[in-house]
Amino acid sequence: MAEKHTITLTVNGRRHIAEVEPRMLLVDLLRDELSLKEVHIGCEHGVCGTCTVLRDGASIRSCITFAVQADGAEIRTVESLADGPTLHPLQDEFWAKQGLQCGYCTPGMLMRACEILAHNPDPTSAQVREGIASNLCRCTGYQYIVEAVLAAAARMRTGQNATHDVEVRS
Amino acid sequence: MKPPPFSYAAPPTIAEAVGLLAEHADAEPRVLAGGQSLIPLMNFRLAEPSHLIDLRNVAELSGIRLDGDVLVIGAMTRQSQIEQAPEVAIAAPLLAEATGLVGHTPIRNSGTIGGSLAHADPAAELPAVALALDADLVAAGPGGTRTIPAAEFLRGPFSTALAADEILTEIRLPRRAGGYAFVEFARTHGNFAIVAVAALVELDGDRISRAALALTGVAPTAIRATAAEDVLTGAVPDDATIAAAADAAVSGVRPAGDLHASAQTRIELARSHVRRAVTLALHRAQDQR
Repeated sequence: MAEKHTITLTVNGRRHIAEVEPRMLLVDLLRDELSLKEVHIGCEHGVCGTCTVLRDGASIRSCITFAVQADGAEIRTVESLADGPTLHPLQDEFWAKQGLQCGYCTPGMLMRACEILAHNPDPTSAQVREGIASNLCRCTGYQYIVEAVLAAAARMRTGQNATHDVEVRS
Repeated sequence: MKPPPFSYAAPPTIAEAVGLLAEHADAEPRVLAGGQSLIPLMNFRLAEPSHLIDLRNVAELSGIRLDGDVLVIGAMTRQSQIEQAPEVAIAAPLLAEATGLVGHTPIRNSGTIGGSLAHADPAAELPAVALALDADLVAAGPGGTRTIPAAEFLRGPFSTALAADEILTEIRLPRRAGGYAFVEFARTHGNFAIVAVAALVELDGDRISRAALALTGVAPTAIRATAAEDVLTGAVPDDATIAAAADAAVSGVRPAGDLHASAQTRIELARSHVRRAVTLALHRAQDQR
């Protein structure tokens, strides 16, 4: 077995020190070592986008990133979006506008949408459509996702909070 | 799948990285840049290097600056930085336009210019840009650095002039006046190009004073369409000239057909995309005046 490397990274605001084999993928560190199971694994070669997380605010594919490459980075996963039982406006609008059916692509879609809105708080429908082209969804036909992102953008611009609370299971 | 085991180092300097390449020469070492091509290949075990040398800690390899009329980009500069950099928009808008077609934003947030060029995927966008702009590629090895013209750097599919103990450190792109265009045909948005064309045209009065065209997807690597450049140079641009240039661009090429497109499809796509690229570049050249 290859020697392990010690890495330090911040995930969802919490600092972690991990001993990792160089071949460990970031997505496996997040899921298996840090128990962030809402980060999904799909194609494992950087095509589908469900493993998308934010590294220092920029969306990346965690299935084609080695954990060692994230040494020193600040990672955000979908688990960081909700504030306790209160959903993030993006999550809330995905719910309200039916931006998901099976939910497999959703963690990646949400994080990609975070980055799109961070760069452009008032995107057009075409800009959202182009922006989420990086992520595959086999259920919704994308239309409801675009509508959800646009609705969330409008609410985030006016600082309006989520309207749905969820029960948090621990 | 998951990558096979390998040993790993992330040295802080180019000299140490080059030293590690020599030290691990028997382990088929690979240089890790952004990893957006190498890691998928390793996940599928199509590449099984026993040692990876990650350049992420070599700070001097990242950055964009203007050195007189040359745009100098560090090999580890991420594609998303290039896409957004004002220096690139001013000095090499062809590169900015092509970079926007490399994968999707999450890929470009990790992928680097040097990684793409050194990987030399025959369907990649950036080799054609380097060729069209007559870029110089700087490589560091045990004996120091050397400069390799893009035309000599690209040897074939996934094959470059880099020696086993060399690392690509810098891309030097001469600033070109006139109009530019990068157009491609891909199966879906964000995919690799089936055919891509990089075009640069300069006008002197009503005539084309200089033209540079590079094609991806019709040969084992990106190629310059010199016959088409000759048709354009000195000509008054009209539809007939542009059509003649497009014909010249494909007259000598013998693309291999594959599951993505037959040889004939590639030729017809190249012809139409040369026409589109030259037309767009001419419009932009005229708009500048």
